[in-house]
Amino acid sequence: MNEKNKPILEVKGLKTHFTTKRGVSKAVDGIDFTLHKGETLGIVGESGCGKSMTSLSILRLIPSPPGKIAGGSVLFKGKDLVTMPEGEMREIRGNEISMIFQEPMTSLNPVIPVGEQIAEAIRLHQKLGKKAAWEKSVEMLRLVGIPSPEKRAKQEPFQLSGGMRQRVMIAMALACTPEVLIADEPTTALDVTIQSQILELIKDLQTKIGMGVIMITHDLGVVAETCDKVAVMYAGNIVEYASTEQIFANPKHPYTQGLLDSLPKINEDVDELKTIEGSIPSPYNMPSGCRFASRCPYKEEMCTSHKPELIEQNDGVKVRCWKYTDEWTGTIKKEEVV
Amino acid sequence: MLMFILRRILQIVPVIIGVTFVVFFIMQLVPGDPAVLLAGEGASKEAIEAVREQLGLNQPLYIQYFEYLMNVFKGDLGVSLKNSQPVLDEILVRLPITIELAFFSIIITVVLGMTAGIISAVKPYSLTDVSVMLVALLGISLPSFWLGLMLMYFFSVKLQILPVAGWDSLLHVILPAVTLGAGGAAIVARMTRSSMLEVIRQDYIRTARAKGLREHIIIYKHALRNALIPVITVVGLQFGALLGGTVLVESIFAINGLGRMIVDAIRTRDLPMVQGGVLFASLIFVVVNLFVDVFYRIFNKRIELN
Repeated sequence: MNEKNKPILEVKGLKTHFTTKRGVSKAVDGIDFTLHKGETLGIVGESGCGKSMTSLSILRLIPSPPGKIAGGSVLFKGKDLVTMPEGEMREIRGNEISMIFQEPMTSLNPVIPVGEQIAEAIRLHQKLGKKAAWEKSVEMLRLVGIPSPEKRAKQEPFQLSGGMRQRVMIAMALACTPEVLIADEPTTALDVTIQSQILELIKDLQTKIGMGVIMITHDLGVVAETCDKVAVMYAGNIVEYASTEQIFANPKHPYTQGLLDSLPKINEDVDELKTIEGSIPSPYNMPSGCRFASRCPYKEEMCTSHKPELIEQNDGVKVRCWKYTDEWTGTIKKEEVV
Repeated sequence: MLMFILRRILQIVPVIIGVTFVVFFIMQLVPGDPAVLLAGEGASKEAIEAVREQLGLNQPLYIQYFEYLMNVFKGDLGVSLKNSQPVLDEILVRLPITIELAFFSIIITVVLGMTAGIISAVKPYSLTDVSVMLVALLGISLPSFWLGLMLMYFFSVKLQILPVAGWDSLLHVILPAVTLGAGGAAIVARMTRSSMLEVIRQDYIRTARAKGLREHIIIYKHALRNALIPVITVVGLQFGALLGGTVLVESIFAINGLGRMIVDAIRTRDLPMVQGGVLFASLIFVVVNLFVDVFYRIFNKRIELN
C-alpha cells in the first residue's frame, strides 16, 4: 500500500437527524465514503440533499439542538470523531481537519481584523507567540495571493472584496497545514474568473501539503476540474460513488444521468435545458422504497416498495439502484440501462 | 479616529445652542410676567419695572436671548432668587455628587446587565436563563421610588448594614446607585441576551468553532464584540433616563445633587436655578452621547460619519 492509498478519513453509516416540531428530519441517512491522502473527493447533489450537513457532521459542527449525529462513525486516522471527547475534537478542528464555508461574505467576523482571525488559529494549534503567529498569518495571506498582505491583514472583512474574503477563508483553513480540507461550495458565491483562481489555488496547495480534500458542490464543472472521486447524494443517501472519469463517461444511476443530461452541451443548440421532473422528497416523510423513484423514468413496482442498497459493480462503481441487481424485473434489460 | 472625534465635537455646538434656546424659553413659558415673579410677590410697580429694566426684559426677545447666550458663555447663569448666590457656584458644588451617583449607577447598569444577559444567552431556555430573565422583568417593572424605599427598609432599617441616607462615604453610594441602575440593568440584560442569541447563530461563529477555539473565546471574543453594538446604543439611551432618575433618587436618599437642586428650585420657583440645572443636565447628556458614539466607532469601524 503506497502513501497515497492510505485512507485518512473513513465515514461509515453516518446519520445526522434533526428533531423538530414537524418530526424527525433525516438530513444525512447512512453515508459511507473513504478519503485518501492527497485525494479529492467530490460530493454533489442538489440543495437540501444533505451534503453540507455531511461535512458539518464530520467536524461535529451541527447546530445542536435540534441536530444530532444519530449513528455511524467517522474514523480519522483510526480514531472515531463521533465519540471523541469535545476537548480532543477541538484540537482536530482547524488543525488537522479544517473547513472552508460557502458564504465568504458572512463567514468572517465583521469586527476582527482578518490577520488576527487567521493568527488566532495559529496561536492555538501551533503554540506560536503573538508576533510569530501574526507573521505566519501575513505569510498565509501572501500564499493565497492577496496583494500587500501586511496592509490587508490589519483590515476588517468589510474592507475586502468577496474573492479576497474567500482567499482569507482559505488562508485560515490552511494555516495549520491540515490533513483534510472540507470545502463546502467554496466558489458558489464568486464570479467565474475568481472561481477558477480559487480552485487552482486549492489544487496548488493540495499538491504542496498533500492533504485530502472533500469538495462539496452542486457544480459538475467544479467536480470535473478538481475531483478524483465523486459521491452523488440524493435525499440523504449516496446514490452513486465512482471515479470522476466513470461518472462523466458512464453515469449509472438515473439521477446522475439526469444531472449530467441537464448540463448544456457546447455542440448542441437547444432552446430549453433538460430538467429532472419533480422535486426532492420531504426529509420528514421519506418514501419507503427508492427515494428517487417518484422522479425516475425507469421506475418499476419494486422501486417504490423496497429501498435498494449501494452495491459495487464489476467496474468498481457503487450504485444504489435496482436496475443493477439480479432482482431487477423491469422491461429495460440490465445491460441496456448502461 | 481623531478626525472622527473632532468632527463629532463640532457637531455638539449647534446642539448646545439648541439647548440654551430651550432653557431660555422656559422663562418665557412660565405663566405670568417673569419680572413680577422675579421681583417677588407684593413688590411695588416701581420695583417690578426696575427688575424689568435690570434684566433687559423690556428688550425684544431675540436680544434677550442673545444676551442670555453671551452670559452663559461667560459663565454667568444669574443669581438664585432664594439666597442671591450665583447659580453657577451652587451647580458646581452639586454637579460632582450627581456625576458620581450617575457613574456608579451606569456601572451597575452595564456590569450587572451585561453579565446577566451573557449568562442567559449561553444557555437559552435553561432554568438559569428563565430565572435571570424573570428577575430582569421585575427590574424593569419596579418603580425606582418603591425599590429605593424597599432597599432602604431591608438594608438600612432591618439589617442595618448600610446608611439610610446622605452622601459621605462609598457605603452611602451603594443603595442609591443600585436603585438608579436596576431598571437600566434589566433592560441591558434583555438586550444583551437577544443580541447574543442573534449573533451566536451567525456564520462567523460557526467559522470560529471550526477553528477549534474554546467556547469562552467564541463567546467573549467573537460573539460579544458584535453583540455589544446594539447594547451600547441602549446604554446611551439609558443614561438619559438615568439622569431623570437622579431627581427621584436624590430626593429619596436626601442627596444634595443636581437633581434634588432642580426639584427644590422648581418648588420654590427659583427660576434661574432651574434654568442652570436643566442646562447642565443637558450638557451631561450631550457629552455622554459623544462618548457613546466614540465607543460605537471603536467597536464597529464600519460606521462612517458623513
